[in-house]
Amino acid sequence: MTEPAKPQSAQRTARDDTPPDAAADTAAAGGPVTYLEAIRQALAEEMRRDPSVFIIGEDVGAYGGAFGATHGLFEEFGEQRVMDTPIAESLIVGAATGAAILGLRPVAEMQFSDFISCAFDQIVNQAATMRYRHNGKLSVPWVLRCPSGGNVHGSMFHSQNPEAWFFHTPGLKIVAPATPYDAKGLLKAAIRDDDPVLFFEYKYLYRRLKEELPAEDYIVPLGSAAIRRPGHDLSIIAYGVGSYYALQAAETLAKEGIDAEVVDLRSLNPLDEDTIVDSVRRTTRALIVHEDWRRGGVGAEIAAILAEQAMDYLDAPILRVTGRDIPVPFSPPLEQFYLPTPGRIVEAAHRMFK
Amino acid sequence: MPKAATKPDTSPDTLLDLYYCMLLSRAFEERLAILYRQGKVLGGIFSGIGQEATAVGTSFDLQEGDAVFPLHRDIGVALTRGIAPKALMAQILGKSGGLSGGKVDYLHGGDPALGVYGSTSMIGSSIPIAAGAALAFKLKRTNCVAVAYIGEGGTSTGDFHEALNFAGVQRLPLIVVVENNFFAYSTPVSKQMAVENVAERAAGYGMPGHTCSGNDLLSVRHLACQAVQRARDWLGPTLIECKTYRWHGHSEHDDASYRESEEFLEWKSRDPIPRYELYLREREVLTDDIAEQHRADANREVDEAVAFAEKSPYPELHEALDNLYSEGEP
Repeated sequence: MTEPAKPQSAQRTARDDTPPDAAADTAAAGGPVTYLEAIRQALAEEMRRDPSVFIIGEDVGAYGGAFGATHGLFEEFGEQRVMDTPIAESLIVGAATGAAILGLRPVAEMQFSDFISCAFDQIVNQAATMRYRHNGKLSVPWVLRCPSGGNVHGSMFHSQNPEAWFFHTPGLKIVAPATPYDAKGLLKAAIRDDDPVLFFEYKYLYRRLKEELPAEDYIVPLGSAAIRRPGHDLSIIAYGVGSYYALQAAETLAKEGIDAEVVDLRSLNPLDEDTIVDSVRRTTRALIVHEDWRRGGVGAEIAAILAEQAMDYLDAPILRVTGRDIPVPFSPPLEQFYLPTPGRIVEAAHRMFK
Repeated sequence: MPKAATKPDTSPDTLLDLYYCMLLSRAFEERLAILYRQGKVLGGIFSGIGQEATAVGTSFDLQEGDAVFPLHRDIGVALTRGIAPKALMAQILGKSGGLSGGKVDYLHGGDPALGVYGSTSMIGSSIPIAAGAALAFKLKRTNCVAVAYIGEGGTSTGDFHEALNFAGVQRLPLIVVVENNFFAYSTPVSKQMAVENVAERAAGYGMPGHTCSGNDLLSVRHLACQAVQRARDWLGPTLIECKTYRWHGHSEHDDASYRESEEFLEWKSRDPIPRYELYLREREVLTDDIAEQHRADANREVDEAVAFAEKSPYPELHEALDNLYSEGEP
């Protein structure tokens, strides 16, 4: 089947505050690439490397995905390996599970991570238990890409960060890259992993970050945190877009004479507890940042780990700066009030030195 | 890769194999009910007694490489596809010799080597997964098929709709077997759907839908073989509705007081096993001696399964932590 011509008037649904420009994202090799292009490259390279990898989701085919993450893949790999589905998130995940247990490596896409709730049962009851209840006689090697987060004027159903629901669930793996390098390397590692991996990627970072990437094949192994900025006075532990805000806050703090270390978790499950605990034992202060809601969030688990393993080293209470416990509001000042902005992180850091 | 079979094999040996599959399923489940009453089964028992012709007739002719997704009431499917009665009995008693080594009960586990995949208690959820298996067969260009089992109750779920719609669009090699036993737990079919036959819905998914007597092994098998052939020929999915009746309650604790006893007795008189015996005798395939021998064999196999399961130890505690992730504990 040939690709129908895309109407010139077709507008991306990406709720981003930077102009959509897929051509810039798909620049030929060489030069810095965006976070979004890093994801696209990972998909293309893994599909070339392994014929069992295929993409399934809404509008991922000829249209190239709501954000352009699958741009050009339909043309290269055809409609069977870049498969459009009806609006049916439960089916998308269920079909990925069925194909995975029969030996394929599906990369499924939730068009917005908010929609993942429609596939909740397929993730937590079906895929997450599949290997366990077959006692290891099969595995579920799928990846579920989830465009996440706010600060893109998307309102409450296009801005969510749903990782905590799945962080709680045994049998799943979760990654949340903060840089183009990690987005590419973690996605490749996730595709090669034999377990179901939720891949949370950030709309706010899609075209905001650019980076030179290695020409050669590389992966970022699951379960390894990165110290993004070494420091002595304070550990800011973050992931995903939270790491981006944390790094901005750290620069402000540096000008004030506070030397913050930024630990970017990269993976939430497996979680690199050693790096977290080691950092906090050195700096004696822990500030945890994520955009997801505060109550019952990943930060609460990290705080508990630190209370168990680093309590005696702490010179200040553990603090969290997170999305506030409200639906993500639409009006720009209200949304900024919701977000864990660099300003809020700096303010929290000040409190730790009083 | 499975060979295409144009017509069901009706040699005497095959006809008797089918008979044995129904007898084994019946004997196994009758024993389960006894074990339950003796307090030896701590979990639930979801009897498929009365529905054996549907289970056996839709799974018997499948071949190596095909995938089945039986529901909790489909022990007949699991046994017909080659699951050992010993492993299944040990599974139900929570023993280490069970299919899942004690991790899960009943048919929530399976054996991928036999193409038998476990479903969960979230009714309907296995159909998208079966569709995904069919999608894998399509993408790999094999001519294997996937068979999803669902009660009429499960056809009310969103997953049923999403999966059948997708299977229709993609012309997947999927057979959806709807075991219409007229009750979703206690809720009668009149409170579940506004059409008489589930098969009518198939038209909305662009696939053929057939209704048959689920207690008539020959009708069931005929439709199943047709649907399987259609799928192997890459012509797409089929829905087969088998009207049948479960003799027991939803599970063994349920006395099924919500249904009329006349209705139950009427259906009991349509027991699929004597009905098939009649056919076998007309074909002069079955004699009293052969029937007796087959029943004795089935009972012995169940005796051995119970003995194996009772002797099998409970799993070691550390095994609770095994096989959640591919490389062990994260």
